[in-house]
Amino acid sequence: MADRESVTHRGSGDESGGEAARPPEGNPGRMADPLPPPSIGGESIDWAERGLDSALPIGSAEPSGIGTLEEEAPVFGAGSVSGGRGRGRIGDRVFSALASGSGLFIVVLILLVAIFLVARAIPAIADDQSNFLFSRDWSVEGATLRFGVLDLLWVTVVISLLAMLIAVPIAIGIALFITQYAPKRLARPVAYVVDLLAAIPSIIYGIWGITVLAPKLAPVQRALYHIPGALFQNKNVEQGTIFNGGLVLAIMILPIITAISRDVFDRTPRQNVEAAWALGSTRWEMIRLAVLPYGRPGVIAGSMLGLGRALGETIAITLILSKSGVGSPFTFSIFNGGETFASKIANNAAEFNNPTQTGAYIAAGLVLFVLTFAVNAAARGVVTRRKEFA
Amino acid sequence: MSVTSLASGHNHRLRTAKNNLATVLVTLSFVVALIPLVWMLWTVLSKGLHAITRNGWFTQSQRGITYRNPGGGAYHAILGTFLQVLLCSIISIPIALMVGIYLVEYGRGPLARATTFMVDILTGIPSIVAALFIYAVFVTTFHGQRAGWLVSLALVMLMIPVIVRTTEEMLKLVPNELREASYALGVPKWKTIVRIVVPTAMTGIITGIVLGVARVAGETAPLLILVGYTPDTNGNLFNGFQGSLPGMIYDQVGNLGNTHVLLHGRAVTIHYAADRMWGAALTLIIIVMALNLIARLIGRFSKVNR
Repeated sequence: MADRESVTHRGSGDESGGEAARPPEGNPGRMADPLPPPSIGGESIDWAERGLDSALPIGSAEPSGIGTLEEEAPVFGAGSVSGGRGRGRIGDRVFSALASGSGLFIVVLILLVAIFLVARAIPAIADDQSNFLFSRDWSVEGATLRFGVLDLLWVTVVISLLAMLIAVPIAIGIALFITQYAPKRLARPVAYVVDLLAAIPSIIYGIWGITVLAPKLAPVQRALYHIPGALFQNKNVEQGTIFNGGLVLAIMILPIITAISRDVFDRTPRQNVEAAWALGSTRWEMIRLAVLPYGRPGVIAGSMLGLGRALGETIAITLILSKSGVGSPFTFSIFNGGETFASKIANNAAEFNNPTQTGAYIAAGLVLFVLTFAVNAAARGVVTRRKEFA
Repeated sequence: MSVTSLASGHNHRLRTAKNNLATVLVTLSFVVALIPLVWMLWTVLSKGLHAITRNGWFTQSQRGITYRNPGGGAYHAILGTFLQVLLCSIISIPIALMVGIYLVEYGRGPLARATTFMVDILTGIPSIVAALFIYAVFVTTFHGQRAGWLVSLALVMLMIPVIVRTTEEMLKLVPNELREASYALGVPKWKTIVRIVVPTAMTGIITGIVLGVARVAGETAPLLILVGYTPDTNGNLFNGFQGSLPGMIYDQVGNLGNTHVLLHGRAVTIHYAADRMWGAALTLIIIVMALNLIARLIGRFSKVNR
């Protein structure tokens, strides 16, 4: 296990340096390193600090998104300047009010989302003749409403977990490749290429997934039928299965997990790395001793952000998953179609007619909101706790 | 994995083998990620190229054209996407900029903590939930009609966090010395921010804005809920259905199954819908990729070093 003391020290050093790693010469903490870095380890790290951080986030993967929280104290307090002239003071007051107002707007916006979704969902849930959380019914057309989200919950969770299972190891691999293995000249384009995956609109993942990828996956799926267990049962659905959807989701969440893992691996304290080298570690042993323990909270946070994205992904899943017929028996198999919260809502968007019927879908949306809220807040919690520890 | 086991050097061969295996696996993981990217881009390019290079793709709409007819273009869709994203940007940019400024230059206390938390939540909010919220407010509660501007409002919720985060990053990079020098000259705080801090970070902020635009241009879920798709050209965000590139793709998906028509009593295979779908997909990808490239190029000229 890495030296706890030095982890702590470097953690607080990073805090003062801020999210944006400056070149080493700008940071007195790094200048003070008494020993020159060993060429083999120091090279890649030195580079990582200069090169990678200058790569901009592409598309919707924001590596720095969750990492920046409260990392730095605000630069100047509101009261730190006593404006000499009256005009300045009025301008200050107006501008300050505008700025805080915008902050307040964001807070109010999220509260409004919660309030409106709850307010629109409650009448529908009250009219619901089935148990909302634990029933599999979904009939909202007739006079009586009978709907429950159990099926949706199952498919949403299974498809997202499947995506995580595939994406997380690959993302860690790519992040290690970029930060620890790739030669300087290669690493930056590699990071850029992975970020490009985040730039592709999800509807294109959808049409590619169902028309191109799914037919190619059919033989793989047939081979997997041989694995015993309810999860792998043959349900005679060749294309548009949870398996297809999970795989496409995995590709979609790959960039965000990679970006955040890359960020934390990049900031592995140099002392720990050097200590590992000094013990005569191979590169892999160095990674296991120094890089992975230090980066674990970041990888977890990144994975949870990926999970949040997977839970809420709409259009790709809507296009890929084949709907199972109404009243079809429940199966555990991942080789079957189904609907997630998001795809259920999207599939029926054209039929939002009366308020109660729409309310059923808004209720489903509310559950999705609560799920993603919880996952994202937890991801944030992981990051914050690490900060406190450091 | 203890230190002694490393130092003893007993299983030198095993350790080397493990190290080599790790190298192979790590390198392989990158190749694995490369496959879908190249495959997808190649699919869209090869299947969409002849549709968008055809005459009229950028000037005609799909008016009166069914899956049985060839021809028509994506003008209506490009126009709709452009207008929706434009309105979204006009609303998002000032708000997001001010939130970023608030968090870096003013943010203290419970409101700042709440704001930064909520920006995180907003980052993770699924687009379909944003769309349902706008629907619940403007259609269910205020009995409005589905129209393009509602899509813009839903997109605002997706665009703001992207711009806020980039703005925040960039403002933090502006050296304190600049602010201090300005204060020392007696310049009030707001003027320091508007004239010194923001201009210094401007390229980075613009990068964030461009990335935000790229993020929302391909969003489809709000379109399904908040506006109907029409093959006609509709330049009015506030009235009637409106075409858009993602909407056009989704619309053509519905016709993919119709691959045979009777022509003079004989079944003929057609793929007009598929052509148009991939054509619209290629158009969308070109726009989004171009925006990303622009963002990257602007980032190069940044005054503050990351």
